[in-house]
Amino acid sequence: MGMGAYFRNIKDAVVTIADGMAVTLSHMVRKPTTIEYPDRLPDGVRVQDTLPFRYRGILEVDLEICTACLACERACPIDCIVIDAQKDKAAGGLVMTRFDIDMAKCMYCGLCSEPCPTGAIHHTPEFEGADYSLESLIRHYVKAPTVAYKPKKAGEDDPVIKPILDRGMRYIAEFAVVGGGGGDDSTSD
Amino acid sequence: MQEFVDSLIASGAAPAAMPAWVHYLTAMLVFGGVVVFGFVLPIAGITTWVERRVMGRMQSRIGPNRVGPAGFLQWLADGLKNLLKEDIIPTASDAGLFKLAPYVVIMGFVATFAVLPFSGDLVIADMNVGILYVTSVTALVVVGILMAGWASNNKWSLLGGIRSAAQIVSYEIPAGLSIFPIVALTGTLSMQSIIAAQGPHPWQWFLFDNPFTLAAFLVFFVSALAEGNRTPFDLPEAESELVAGFATEYSGMRNLLFFMAEWGNLYVIGAIVTTLFLGGWQLPWALDGQPVLRNALQFGLFFTKAYFFVFLAIWLRWTLPRVRVDQMMTMCWKYLVPIALVNVLGTAVWMLVFPHGVPVVRWVLTAAAGAGLIAFFWRVRYHVRAAGYGRSQLSFNPLATTRVKW
Repeated sequence: MGMGAYFRNIKDAVVTIADGMAVTLSHMVRKPTTIEYPDRLPDGVRVQDTLPFRYRGILEVDLEICTACLACERACPIDCIVIDAQKDKAAGGLVMTRFDIDMAKCMYCGLCSEPCPTGAIHHTPEFEGADYSLESLIRHYVKAPTVAYKPKKAGEDDPVIKPILDRGMRYIAEFAVVGGGGGDDSTSD
Repeated sequence: MQEFVDSLIASGAAPAAMPAWVHYLTAMLVFGGVVVFGFVLPIAGITTWVERRVMGRMQSRIGPNRVGPAGFLQWLADGLKNLLKEDIIPTASDAGLFKLAPYVVIMGFVATFAVLPFSGDLVIADMNVGILYVTSVTALVVVGILMAGWASNNKWSLLGGIRSAAQIVSYEIPAGLSIFPIVALTGTLSMQSIIAAQGPHPWQWFLFDNPFTLAAFLVFFVSALAEGNRTPFDLPEAESELVAGFATEYSGMRNLLFFMAEWGNLYVIGAIVTTLFLGGWQLPWALDGQPVLRNALQFGLFFTKAYFFVFLAIWLRWTLPRVRVDQMMTMCWKYLVPIALVNVLGTAVWMLVFPHGVPVVRWVLTAAAGAGLIAFFWRVRYHVRAAGYGRSQLSFNPLATTRVKW
């Protein structure tokens, strides 16, 4: 190492450390972004409402648009999703008799919602899942046998299903955003 | 101290029948106890709160804010918690040394307060070897840490202890060499005399006496950080590598003692730097007739200067990542030691050539430091703006808890 490099090292150390300290000091004058959950929130504010659209909270299934393709069941790395569906000509397609998700096992990886063709299975911003027994953490989405959704070539026109499907497609579309998307920017700092 | 006790004996407040050394001993124990329990322990505790609040704000968080106003009593809660915890001594450890180690560490730290000045008149003992005494008793810390590392009978502890020994012993050299220029300039080792040789204004400080003392100040501060095991030199603890280094096996009160010494050491570093380079408690006014007011102001000034360096150490900790062992050694032996040696020789030559100092150099150095500070704050302003932060998203209140927006 020559003398030039030696003194350049010293100069670089001083300048870069000073600039690093300027960065940390600039953070010190910013307002903290801490959310004092749960007891010091502003009146009428639920933390769940401030979270991004794609926040990975408790899973939810919109049975109205579920096609019973079992893609989520196959994608789940810890098998916490169980779906039972049989072909029933009389009912007009696949009939789901069971759609259970064991939230005690779920690790919130989001791999189930990625292959879903309609965005029926998706995470919600809800995260308060504490309960007193493991059994009650298993969510049963099928209350009575339900006919699976079939996509229409011409596009959905049912006024009840259309908003649910639009929401599901938006959920899927935001996977594809370069840089992760992150959903609604109005709630993120 | 001695004059004060003598005046007490003369005034009849202390029974004159007893030999004088009894009075001296009693007075020293009382004053030492007051300083240790009334100043040293609270300052170490409160610094933990300050560190956590500063750390929080630097990470856009709030920090502890639940115990007492703005979380101020957090240090008491943590201290009580640690005192009440189970004191575990590993079966395979060398129990005697294991128990002794924290006390050796805390002794090396508390003993420095014997000579650290608080104000013009308030000092436990103004020893004529003051600064030498400080450098020698702080060497006790390395004995304690090595003892803890060995006695724990744990590979992480041992590695931490050995790293600590290598680090502290290495950095003692640039730290000691950086004290030389000041000692040469004043011709004394006494802390009070070193302060008395400086003036109240920045250009009268030894910091700006000549270019070599300015460099010595930087070398000393970096070395002191390394000796105090502070980030970026916290290799002996190195959470991500060694769990907690030499403190891995310690729990409860003994663990607390280690950390109290670490945080308390920050103030000691600040006080030594203030004494040597920043003019200590020197006030611009004489205030001869009002000893209480004078000492209170001097204490306030000294404490503010010293505590600024505590803040600086905390600020550095949350800015810089930990250095590697080889980088730590490179920095010491290839950079700090040669620079410190140049400082010693340079100051000697400077004193030979300019026996009475050069006022112009003092003013130029002070102005340069001022310009550097302005440039620094300009850079801070740039970083705030580059992050897209406007005035409404800033808070200059150190205790702010407001979120940016909902």
